[in-house]
Amino acid sequence: MLLHDTALIYGRYLRQSLRSRFALLFGVLMPLLYLLFFGPLLTDLPLGGQGSSWQLLVPGLLLQLGLFGASFAGFSIIIENGQGVVERMRVTPVSRLALLLGRVLRDATVFVFQAVLLVLAAVLMGLRAPLAGVLIGFAFVALLTVSLGSLSYALAMRVRTPAEFGPTVNALSMPSMLLSGLMLPMTLAPGWLDVLSHFMPFRYLVDAVRDAYVGSYATAHMLYGVLVAVALTALAVTVGTRVFRTSGA
Amino acid sequence: MPLISAAGLARTFQTKLGPVQAVRGIDLTVREGEILGFLGPNGAGKTTTLRMLTTLLAPTGGAATVAGHDLATDPAGVRRACGYVAQSGGVDPQISVREELVTQGRLYRLTKAQAIGRAAELARDLDLTDLLDRRCGALSGGQRRRLDIAMALTHRPKVLFLDEPTTGLDPGARADLWDLVRRLRETHGTTVFLTTHYLDEADALSDRLVIVDRGVVVAEGTPSALKQKHGGSADASLQDTFLAITGRRATPTDTTPVAV
Repeated sequence: MLLHDTALIYGRYLRQSLRSRFALLFGVLMPLLYLLFFGPLLTDLPLGGQGSSWQLLVPGLLLQLGLFGASFAGFSIIIENGQGVVERMRVTPVSRLALLLGRVLRDATVFVFQAVLLVLAAVLMGLRAPLAGVLIGFAFVALLTVSLGSLSYALAMRVRTPAEFGPTVNALSMPSMLLSGLMLPMTLAPGWLDVLSHFMPFRYLVDAVRDAYVGSYATAHMLYGVLVAVALTALAVTVGTRVFRTSGA
Repeated sequence: MPLISAAGLARTFQTKLGPVQAVRGIDLTVREGEILGFLGPNGAGKTTTLRMLTTLLAPTGGAATVAGHDLATDPAGVRRACGYVAQSGGVDPQISVREELVTQGRLYRLTKAQAIGRAAELARDLDLTDLLDRRCGALSGGQRRRLDIAMALTHRPKVLFLDEPTTGLDPGARADLWDLVRRLRETHGTTVFLTTHYLDEADALSDRLVIVDRGVVVAEGTPSALKQKHGGSADASLQDTFLAITGRRATPTDTTPVAV
């Protein structure tokens, strides 16, 4: 039943995404601009670490794509709440977990698709990375979007108005991006900033993907990255399902 | 055995300004096949009561059963037994009528073939057949309402909850909707629980009225019995009866624009 319902909800929202091709491509615009106009600044800088500056920057941009895209996923449910679609579904026997999973899996599909476009563009710009590492990067994008999407939907079900939702998400996502070292590695940071960034879960994800992009798979970074990503996903999906089950106000 | 029975059903919302008792304690019963009009001024707790009876909102007090299923212990049973049309409806304006009807069937666990068949059947019953390939957003108010009701009837529920079903409809569409509600009861024996602001609607459509004010039931009975008891005579208007019971008007007077 869970599978049946999840597939049903997933199909409904994937068709919704496919109807607006523009929105499907628009998400990739911001990271693409970073790639074009920020990426070339880094090519000759001493950034530490192995590999080229592209192998450092592209993992960061992939997670930036997931971070900003998925945190705003909740906007769509605020609109649907206004239309009464969410309540109409919650009155049917459909699984509450499926109402969430169908949506976040759609988001994961859309963002992994955008991630593929971004990596293709990066290859044109000069990125060279092992295929396995690139695939691992997509897996992290998927986990990140599932977890952030779940939290975003949960928040949107609670706050109910775009005016509350937008600023809240902005206030959370900007520091998350800066503190996880998505643009430049935190190893360049002074000690206090480096320490602070270790409290930001996304830092572990970006460190893991950077290792994957230089072909080092059996590292401590990878282990922590996987652990943090899986734990974050489990926690976020649990929170999201609770909200879908009980949300009334 | 009544189809719906509620005892002391209550809901308190916790807000920043302290607790708000939207529903203080509703006692009511609805018989099978009855059309019940649930009336009250704005903010009386009508929608909150409906949302509790349809499992959308957990009560903070009291208990209720719908078609023999307990709200607290068997919400899945309640969901199988009831259909619900919210004030706002519940369809995506970008999606076609056909897709919404088929998806709804699938949400009620019909197979794809069954869902397609049921969608065609509902479209025929509710005069939507020619509209199946339109976007929901392109329907008129009356057509939208028929679609909302078709969606809620997908699983042939025993009881249909309608929250202000005719608000915003023109007189012709309202009359059609009244006929539809009567026809549902005649042909399928569907019990209908509807809220409304329009007293003529309550008068014309309901077998029995339950009037709520400030979260409790303040009067109930057939329209004529209520008029007799509270309005002074069986010829009294329901408007006067309503005012006598609640001390307020059913529809706020200030919603009419002074100038257009």
